[in-house]
Amino acid sequence: MAEQWNITLVIRRQKQGQQPYDQEFKMEANPDENVIDLVERVWAFHDKTLNYAHACHHSTCGACGMRVNNVEKLTCITPVRSVVSNGGTLRVDPMRNFPVISDLAVDMGELYRRMELVGHHPVNSDRQEAIQKEFRPAGPADPGEDFIRLSDCIECGLCMSACPIVGSTPDYLGPAPLAGAHQAGLASNPKLLDIVGGTDGVWRCHSAYECTAVCPSNVDPGWRIMELRRMLIGEKLKSWFSPRKSVEVSK
Amino acid sequence: MNTNPNIFTRILSWFDPRGKTLGTYGFMLNRITALGLTLYLFLHLIVLGTLAQGPDAYDNFLKLIENPILKFGELLVVAAVFLHGLNGIRIGLNSFGIAVPRQREFFIGVVVLSLIAIAFFGWRMYFA
Repeated sequence: MAEQWNITLVIRRQKQGQQPYDQEFKMEANPDENVIDLVERVWAFHDKTLNYAHACHHSTCGACGMRVNNVEKLTCITPVRSVVSNGGTLRVDPMRNFPVISDLAVDMGELYRRMELVGHHPVNSDRQEAIQKEFRPAGPADPGEDFIRLSDCIECGLCMSACPIVGSTPDYLGPAPLAGAHQAGLASNPKLLDIVGGTDGVWRCHSAYECTAVCPSNVDPGWRIMELRRMLIGEKLKSWFSPRKSVEVSK
Repeated sequence: MNTNPNIFTRILSWFDPRGKTLGTYGFMLNRITALGLTLYLFLHLIVLGTLAQGPDAYDNFLKLIENPILKFGELLVVAAVFLHGLNGIRIGLNSFGIAVPRQREFFIGVVVLSLIAIAFFGWRMYFA
């Protein structure tokens, strides 16, 4: 018979325009099931008004990002025993830095807009995958080829929730879009250089590395941001030693 | 992104340690030491201003800072210089792509080196 623990699940509830509050649920849990299973059980057997996002249940869709005991987790791959002990309390909050739509569901629209801005493809072709490993692709990928697999970043938003600078500087691009820019490659889109090297780009990062700590896909946004900095410094040094381009003056 | 409209709440959120890792403690330490060093800079300029009141005024101030409590304040300045400076070198090297996967161990090294320096200067200030 499966092991059963008695736990208290605390869920942060909030409907638009109303004050947030905590709701407690005493429940039995198999320590090997995942946190999303408990949230689903609350919806199925206790309260149908609970809203949350979920889809694939195997860390591919990136929909079920939440804060579990104050740490950003993909709840479909977070076993109960890794975050609470028998008789303990498990707290689930919506992600930070995103507008709350309802309860645990947040509006990720701004993240997706920024990912598009840097040319990140959540689904990649084999060729793009090979290009990304080089970090500096030679040219744009053929737009006609089939998209056949997922790239590493699943756009779950956990890094955006954990980053202290995203929380204090709304215009900062954030770790996921910057990592996306690194994956897409500066050379394939020269405009990215201005975007990631601009006021709200990589220089806003203050090296807390929470993005890397919470990323469930080993994208390592912290490392990618530092790589982008190294590339930008290299470009700047190169520009100092390369001959100046002549400037046309309009009459 | 959605952030709290109150700037003080936003800045205070930097210092919320719940669920954070060592990298954030480095981030917090750099902010706190930077504020401390900025405050010290202003105090330092005010103290230098006593020179304009003649040598006696300055000598009297120097006698005042022999007080062990004020000496402790000076030791805090030394601590801030080492913690902020060495952590700054860590972040600078990281920005050149150096030792990023080892940033955690790098931070521990920064703290250990700073503690050794603080202990040395503390011993010199109070016992030598």
